[in-house]
Amino acid sequence: MKSHRVLRIISKLLIPFILLFALYVQFHGDYGPGGGFQAGVIFASAFILYGLIFGLENARKVAPPAVVTRLIAAGLLIYAGTGFAGLLGGGNFLDYGVLRADPVAGQHLGIMVIEFGVGTTVAATMITIFFLFARRDR
Amino acid sequence: MIITLIDITLLTFMGATAIAILRLRSLFAVVMLSGIYSLLAASMFVALDAVDVAFTEAAVGAGISTVLMIAVLALTGERELIPVRTPLLPLAVVTLTGAALIYATFDMPAFGDPSAPANLHVAPHYLKDSFAEVGLPNVVTSVLASYRGYDTFGEVTVIFTAGVAVMLLLGGRKGDDAGIKQEPEDKAGENNAGEDDSGDGDDRGAGGGTA
Repeated sequence: MKSHRVLRIISKLLIPFILLFALYVQFHGDYGPGGGFQAGVIFASAFILYGLIFGLENARKVAPPAVVTRLIAAGLLIYAGTGFAGLLGGGNFLDYGVLRADPVAGQHLGIMVIEFGVGTTVAATMITIFFLFARRDR
Repeated sequence: MIITLIDITLLTFMGATAIAILRLRSLFAVVMLSGIYSLLAASMFVALDAVDVAFTEAAVGAGISTVLMIAVLALTGERELIPVRTPLLPLAVVTLTGAALIYATFDMPAFGDPSAPANLHVAPHYLKDSFAEVGLPNVVTSVLASYRGYDTFGEVTVIFTAGVAVMLLLGGRKGDDAGIKQEPEDKAGENNAGEDDSGDGDDRGAGGGTA
């Protein structure tokens, strides 16, 4: 793909907007369609596009597999940690209402945190799966 | 009226795409067509007012799946082999299952029926009280992340498990991380770039080895 100038320039232009759109979907999921799952996939697609155009080795430098594989677990731990935070606050597992003095504000905070965890795990998993599949290409 | 027309058009396109997928032997075209099929399914979900589901279908089905299938295609080859036997038994199984499913839809309540069991249990409570209880305008997010947060936790665990399974299957062991052919190149790159890459290779290998 290194010789395709149009693809390289267009994808270079597009990747920041894809990442920005992923963040919008991530944090706007409370108000419109979207959320962690969709945002994670879109975020990963930016890295996958980079890997397709600029080669796997460059993509592995941008998103080091050591970091990405840890993020798979980190996202799930963020989600579970929010659940246990509810327990510590005196509520049930994943009861966000006790995270703040005002239950509605607590719900808002809890949902934002767990959606971030979902997005992290999904994005990291998708990037890892792509890396592992594409690396076998020889 | 217009909605019916859109539904019929989308279903016709989906049927045509499915038949084309069956008939084609070029796997690259099949992968592209299955991406188009997912996009049509996403449009169908939009027509059914399930925007969040449509979003997921478009991003996962049409986007990531297509890329992963192309990555697999690079490993396998581009032509599908012509089957040796005529697939009569699978055809019978598929036809029977399809007929049974269509027969089952006759008992289903009409789409959007307010007296359907699914719309009588907890749905009215979610629609009426979720804004006061959770404070989000998007009821889908309230249900997924708060009321059904435990289910979503399970879903994320499934994604996590899928990632771990792929790492175990394809991650390789410590020695053959980069492959024998590419090893010298990688070593040179690592020495210049720093220790990050070599570190990750070791970690991945160790994880695969212990599990």
